[in-house]
Amino acid sequence: MSDEKRGAKLTRRELFRKTTRLVTAAVLGSCAGFAVFKSRTEATVWQIDPNICVQCGNCAKNCVLEPSAVKCVHAYAICGYCDLCSGYLRQNAQALDTAAHNRLCPTGAITRTFVEDPYFEYTIDETLCIACGKCVKACTAFGNGSLFLQVRHDRCLNCNECSIAQKCPSGAFRRVSAKTPYILKDEIVNRG
Amino acid sequence: MTVRRFLLLAAALVILFVGTNQGFAIIRFPHPEFESGYVLPKTFTPPARAQVLEYIDVAVLVICLALASYFVIKKRARIGVFSLMIFSLLYFGFWRKGCVCPVGATQNIALVLFDPLYRIPFVVVAFFTIPLLFSLFFGRTFCAAVCPLGAMQDIFLLKPVKIPGWLSQALGMIPFAYLGFIILGVATGSGFFVCRFDPFVSFFRRSASLNRLLYSTAFLLSGVFIGRPYCRFLCPYSVLLRWMSRFSKWHVTITPDECVQCSLCKESCPFGLIQAPYADTSILPLKRETRRMLLLFILIPVLIAGGGFVGSRLNVPLSRINRTVLLAEQVARENTSKVFDTTLESETFRQSGKPERELFSEALALQAGFKRGGFILGCFLGLVLSLRLIELTIRKRRDRYEVDRAGCFSCGRCFASCPREQLLRKDKKGRVIVHEP
Repeated sequence: MSDEKRGAKLTRRELFRKTTRLVTAAVLGSCAGFAVFKSRTEATVWQIDPNICVQCGNCAKNCVLEPSAVKCVHAYAICGYCDLCSGYLRQNAQALDTAAHNRLCPTGAITRTFVEDPYFEYTIDETLCIACGKCVKACTAFGNGSLFLQVRHDRCLNCNECSIAQKCPSGAFRRVSAKTPYILKDEIVNRG
Repeated sequence: MTVRRFLLLAAALVILFVGTNQGFAIIRFPHPEFESGYVLPKTFTPPARAQVLEYIDVAVLVICLALASYFVIKKRARIGVFSLMIFSLLYFGFWRKGCVCPVGATQNIALVLFDPLYRIPFVVVAFFTIPLLFSLFFGRTFCAAVCPLGAMQDIFLLKPVKIPGWLSQALGMIPFAYLGFIILGVATGSGFFVCRFDPFVSFFRRSASLNRLLYSTAFLLSGVFIGRPYCRFLCPYSVLLRWMSRFSKWHVTITPDECVQCSLCKESCPFGLIQAPYADTSILPLKRETRRMLLLFILIPVLIAGGGFVGSRLNVPLSRINRTVLLAEQVARENTSKVFDTTLESETFRQSGKPERELFSEALALQAGFKRGGFILGCFLGLVLSLRLIELTIRKRRDRYEVDRAGCFSCGRCFASCPREQLLRKDKKGRVIVHEP
């Protein structure tokens, strides 16, 4: 009724709008359909492959969170429980003790506990760890490599594009299934 | 004790000489056999976010969009829009920390089209498609009350200043260029630039580097005076929303029934999107308008070809957004002794043992890709520019004050300014009003 009143010009405009809307809906529908066809329902999360990681220290600097969602993780099963731990002590450490000037960790996040002679247990206080990777680098180079970096999923926001992954020089970041969200070193070693 | 120390030293020397930097755990010191009954602690692995929560996010998105459309189209209530806006800011912004968002999901959709191996999460497809579908029916109600970025700017728009039309039109071309640029970035595997230049994500996460914080603060502060600067002059998703809204089935109207042409609403829109009635076509002689139109039609192929030419010529600087190209350039500079300082990336590359030739051929292929992509991007921008010029030339007959359907955020600020609306509202309260026709 109102269209008749306003004359033929508006009706033409209305027709154009209707056709374009239909075409747009079809294009959007097919685009979404194609994406759904290529989609997966399984959720994924970011994780570091410790076998590729070069412990450059970028994890500490590039996460959108401050401090980083990456933390040092300890695989106890492959730790040597050394008294002279290269991940715990500086290379030129004066003494085998817990004095700050002898410790490698800049935030003192590694706790050293006596187990039995001559073994010591090393645990990481994640509230202090900043993911600088210094202990990981030393442990991998001189020890068993039981310390390694992992994305912690209680902190990680699972960004669309991980900003650390963008800066990772070795390409160690990849998306893994949310059901198995960690790449643990003891599991890798045990598997052979 | 001394034996262990000797062993450690020996191991260190071996490693230094071999010079490997492999991450593989090498058991240099055998796992001790404890006698004190020590139990091996288990490595603490906090689980990832439960998947069902992601589906709840989608449900919340749908409910919010439905509510926003109801408030804007049916209820015509700015207060409803505003309340929903605060909820969305809290939920999608501060609670979900701004991820997944439909603006960023555009990149994932682009990646599906360019990377056959990429498997997109279903939730991301939903987040991209649902707001566009709603816009196709109700206009940009997503921008009005659901997008946390829009909400942030809308809430802090306290002292709106008028931006001259020509400037607003010119800046309004940026989203098209930005959308083209991010698609080029995705197509060449260079990264997700929308996420990197997200305006408010550092507030949502309450954690950011100084640069990001300054960037966010600049947007927030300029948003106090300029209406929704990100939405109007940067948001790449707005390009798609504009298109949907332009042809939407229903759309927000300024007046609930008829327009009395009082022009009161014009001042109420802080985005300058209300268009005055236009009836008289004899202001400009028809001949002059036709000539201008003809000129534009000739200009279209020129602009497209010119854009394509410039775009393809810019391939080398453009390709520097890609890490592989940057690495190859650095390695080449080091090889020819143009630089003496190595970078972390080039050192890692040399340690990885990947042949240099492989890297260089990858970089060359990428540059060729940027040439094609730059050409397409340039053509696209030429086309967009010429279409915009044509749109500005055509004068549509309009018998009432109307919103610019494509640009309108459906925020509902104009409702209260309309005298017809005021009458209706007072009627609802049961007061008797003498209405002069």
